[in-house]
Order: sequence, then C-alpha cells, then structure tokens
Amino acid sequence: MGDNATLEQKAQVKGKVALEGNEAAAEAMRQINPDVVAAYPITPSTEIVQTFAQFVADGEVDTSFVAVESEHSAMSACLAAAVGGGRVMNATSANGLALMWEILYIVSSLRQPVILTVVNRALSGNINIHCDHSDTMGARDAGWVQLYAEDVQEAYDNLIQAVCIGENMDVRLPVMSCMDGFLLSHSYELLRVEDDEAVREWVGPYKPDMPMLDIDDPRTYGPLDLYDFYFEHKRSQMAAYPYAKQAIIDEGRRFGEAFGREYGLIEEFMTEDAELIAIALGSTCGTLRDVVQHLRDEGVKAGMLKIRAFRPFPAEEVVAALDGASAVAVLDRAASFGAHAGPLYHEITSALYSYGKHIPTNNYIYGLGGREILPEDLQSVFDDLQQLAEAGQPAEPVSFLGLRE
Amino acid sequence: MPSLKQLSHREVRLTGGHRLCPGCGEPIVARQILMSTEHPVLATNATGCLEVSTTIFPYTAWNIPWLHIAFENAAAAASGLEAMYQSLKAQGKLDPDANYKFVAFGGDGGTYDIGLQSLSGAVERGHDFLYVCLNNEAYMNTGVQRSSATLKGAHTTTSPAGEVIPGKQQNRKDLTEIMVAHDIPYAAQTIPGRWNDITRKAEKAFEIEGPAFINVLTPCPLGWGHDGALTPEISQLAADTCVWPLYEVEYGEYNITYTPREKQPIEAFLEPQARFGHLFKSDQGEQVRKAVQEWVDWKWEALLKKAGEA
Repeated sequence: MGDNATLEQKAQVKGKVALEGNEAAAEAMRQINPDVVAAYPITPSTEIVQTFAQFVADGEVDTSFVAVESEHSAMSACLAAAVGGGRVMNATSANGLALMWEILYIVSSLRQPVILTVVNRALSGNINIHCDHSDTMGARDAGWVQLYAEDVQEAYDNLIQAVCIGENMDVRLPVMSCMDGFLLSHSYELLRVEDDEAVREWVGPYKPDMPMLDIDDPRTYGPLDLYDFYFEHKRSQMAAYPYAKQAIIDEGRRFGEAFGREYGLIEEFMTEDAELIAIALGSTCGTLRDVVQHLRDEGVKAGMLKIRAFRPFPAEEVVAALDGASAVAVLDRAASFGAHAGPLYHEITSALYSYGKHIPTNNYIYGLGGREILPEDLQSVFDDLQQLAEAGQPAEPVSFLGLRE
Repeated sequence: MPSLKQLSHREVRLTGGHRLCPGCGEPIVARQILMSTEHPVLATNATGCLEVSTTIFPYTAWNIPWLHIAFENAAAAASGLEAMYQSLKAQGKLDPDANYKFVAFGGDGGTYDIGLQSLSGAVERGHDFLYVCLNNEAYMNTGVQRSSATLKGAHTTTSPAGEVIPGKQQNRKDLTEIMVAHDIPYAAQTIPGRWNDITRKAEKAFEIEGPAFINVLTPCPLGWGHDGALTPEISQLAADTCVWPLYEVEYGEYNITYTPREKQPIEAFLEPQARFGHLFKSDQGEQVRKAVQEWVDWKWEALLKKAGEA
C-alpha cells in the first residue's frame, strides 16, 4: 500500500479501527454487556453514556440502563444493583466523580466490583472541562483500584481487564479505569478492537457473591458498625489490596496471552540502565517515550516509568524499577493543596524511603486544567535531572511545567 | 384486605429485639407495611433511626434482604436494585415468574430534605417500588432538629422556642402533593394508629405497577414529648384535627379515606406534646396556634375540593 492510502485503508490492513477514547470505552462496555448501567452525563465522559444508551436502544446489549438524575444517584443505584447480584458499569468525570464521593467509599466497603470509567478532568473551581488528574487523585483513598491508560488502546484494554480484576473472588473491589479527558477521550486513534465473542469469553460470566436478590437467604447489607467491629472490617478490607495487585498482574498476563498485549502494574521504558528516570501517569507517558528515545539517541541514559496501577500502589515494583538511577523526576498532573508536593511524588518518595533507597527526586506539577505539556517541557525535566544527579539533593523539590509566572 | 387474624399469622419481617425507643412509631409502621404483601419484599433504608436501631453489627432485626447505603439515596438504591432485578429476570438469570416487591424506607430528613432529589428522580423514571416516608417531623436520629416536615410552631433543637422566636417559623412542606405532581400511580398519607388504613394502602401500593409513595405521620415520643404508650392515639389526633389528613391519590383520583365525624381544633393534637408546650404560655403562642389552625383549615378545604367533597 502506497503513501496515498487513507488512514482508514491502512487501518483495515492492520485489523485496526479508528476510535475516540470514549467510543472505545463504550465499545468495550457493549462487548462486556453488563447487567445494569446507571449513569449521568458530564463532559468529557458524556459520549460513553450516550453511545451506550444507543446500544441499549438498538437492543445490542441486555443491560438495564438507568438514566439517573445525578452522579450521586448514579453511584448509589450502581452500588445497589451490584449488591443485587450482577455486573454493573458506569462512567463519569471530575465534578461527577466528586458528587459520587460519599458513595465511592461505601462501594469499596461493601466489596462490590462496580466498574467505572473516569475520563480525567480538572475539578472545579474554577470550572474547567479539560484534563488533569485532580478528580481521581482526590479519590485515591476511596478504596477503588485505579488503572491509568496511556492511549486509547489501553483505555479499551484496561476496561476489559478491570472487570476481571474487580470480580476476582479474592478481590471483590470496584475499579476505576482512567483515561485523560480530551487527550484520549476525544482523540481518534487506531486500535485493535477484539471480537465480541472473544471478549465475552475472556471476561466470562459474572460470579455473584452473596447477592441480595437471593431471597431465600435474606441478609442485611450496610449495617451500623461501631467501635467494636468497624476497625476489624477496615482491616479485612485492607487485606484485599495485595490480592488486587496480584489480580492486575495475572489478568494483564492472561490478556496478553489471549490478545497479544500484555500489561503489568507499571511499564518500564529504557529504565534498565537508566541514570535519569521520569515517572508519570496517563497520556503524558506517550510524550515521555519520544523524549526519552530522542535523549537516548543523543547518548543520555534516560528512562521512563509509567504507573499503570496507582491503586493498589506498586511500591516494591517502583523501587525495583528505579534501582540504579541517579536522579528521578515525578510528574504530577494534580496538586495536593497544602502538602509539600504532588500526590504521585509522595507515593514514590515514600516507597523509596520505606525500602531504604535514597535517590534525589524532583517533583513537577504540570498540565492543570488541560495546560499543554510539550516535548520541550519534558526535555527540560531531563536537563534538570542532569544537574540534580550532580548536586545529589534538589534545591527546590517542587516546580511547575508550562506555567506563566 | 386481610383481617387482623390473618395478618397475625403472617411472617414477621421486622422482628423484635431492635433498639428503637419504647413507643416509637417506626417499627409499628415498618411491620404493618411489610405485612401487607405476601410476596417477597426487599428493602432499602435511608440513614436514620430505623436503620441504626435495627442493624447494629453483628445483629439485625430484618428477616428480609435489606440494604442501607447512605442518608439521601434510599430511592436511588431501590431504583438500582429494581433495575438489576428486571435485568436478571429479562435475561433469564432469575426466575421469570418471580414477583418481588421493593420498598424504600426513609425518615422525613431522608425524604423531604436531603433525599428529595433522589426520590423525585426514581419515581420520574417509573421504577416499580414503594417509597415509605416515616415522617416524625424532625431529624430525630441526630437529636430532634427541624426539617421541612416540621409543623409550624414546633420546638426543635434547631428551631428552638425562645424569648423572641416561638419555635419553627414555617409551615410544613406538602411532600405528598409534590409526589402527586409527579403523576405516579399511587400516593397516600396514613398513620400508625389505623392498622386497616395503613394495611389497605400498602397492599394497594405494592400491587400497583410503577412507583408508589406512602407518607406516614409517625409519632416520636422522644422528639414530640408525649407518653410512648399513646403513640397510636397521638397519630389518630393528627387525623381527627386534619393536621394530617388520611387520603390517597390513585392515578390522579383523590379519595379521602378517613373523615373525622367532627373536625377537632388543632389544640387536641398539640396539647399532649411537649414540643408545642410554649404555644400555650403566651399571646405570641396563641397567635402561632391561630396561624397553624388557619393553615390546616385551608389545606383541608383544598383537599376536600380535590376529592370532590367540598
């Protein structure tokens, strides 16, 4: 095929289709065919909900679609539906996720594997519809597994895997499958969409665990739980996260065996002999790859570490991946107001400290409210790292990329 | 409708041994409601007295599947659960002949106020469930704070009777009429003091397809300041004074189910309750009583007109 072939023609040759991130998520949902979807539209995740509503209207899925009146009711209805005993999915962004906040904790406490696509968007105020990670970073302690996608293919793949991670009988936790608002949700990308049957077979049927709709065995869900038992219940919930970690690894491997794209908790790019490593979540990792490749071409020993699973946090794996580095940069697309650095930086440096490693580490807050992150910004990060490696200690750990000051 | 004898043989779905106060109207209402159908019933419950007092882990007083999530979402929870039921039934994952009933319980805080949006959304979407508001006219679970269901003049801890302000200053919001305005198949008001009224309405509400709403004025001896032994009688006085008319609206048709032989002055309802005590001690209190009486008369006349009885 010559250079004159259209993108579509090339795609067909490769067995790929061009879809936006939102369309890819809706497509995965159609293939998964959940029993209930209760959702409320919010930019930039709206398309997922409306595309899925069309699937319901056209009879392409068996799902009961509940067009609720708010995100609070969306998550409440999703939780009750899941307690009922079936597969439940939903999508939201930013303020929508914030309105669900109260219920997010209850979903994980009741150990219901609700699957939520979060199209990352800046939290108000001021109101802003573009990408940053303030929404899901704020929900990082809510007890949900969090996976972040680098591109549309991953957003699609992650959503399918999320079902099996959350529904694993040792895990039974809700999962957020996160993708960057607009950067992925509204960007067309060539991706491989697997056969419906193959996906359905890979996901398998839902395995109910003490379903409420089992009227022969009536149970009380969500009782008052005071100082004599609450602590033990929280401790037993905490015990589930190492299993979730293992499930992410196992399902990522199983997905690779079935479809040829394997996933783990983290992804390392040229870190093995790297002296300077930058760490990020989401679509920025794609830009980082290019910058690292370019630096390698120039003889700089640069590397990139992508955190795919932010919850449970793969501390041990991160520390191992950073072994041998002389300086590290942590890129945070969210601020943690009043803290001394961004949320990802805290996780990374805490992991290093816990494992007795000291590597000089810079923190960069970037891209808030959709501010663009350019290759030259990331290039400057590695320039800083050269100096940091020599100095051995950051002069000012937190700085900002792409900010007018 | 089943007779009292027949009801006495039915399964007790909310058992004794819970920790609600002596004389509390809520378990009376919840048991009556659940007894009104012989089909399996699944309940969702808003945060509140009924929830905290019946389920202190590891105990439960519920003999039916029961779910509590939070304060403001009992209706949203019922809608999600009902959606799952419909989905699994349609897909053949659940017995296609199953006939389960869904009920949501909430207090006036969880219904009139913080849960109103969730309730409005769920009934607008037409889910097949019954919402029961256990209206004891204040946030009793947190210690008697006013709600939009609190009668004007009542002393609560956030509308206290003081030297200047004689208790709650606003009339009660008419939630039942708000629900009627949703054009749902069935809406009604009742009291725990009339077992046949509550049973007949709940039976009908469970049988009707689509959303149903029953608002039950449920005396709270603690918050209202009355003898707990008089709970049914106090609720009967609310009906006899027309402070709480007993009626139902079925597909838009109003039907008054209890008309007092002689409508009594509101004082008959107010006087036995400590929350209104201050209204009997000053001219200002008398003015408030007068205003409440006028409001009750106006509401009652309006209801008679709607029912074609005026």
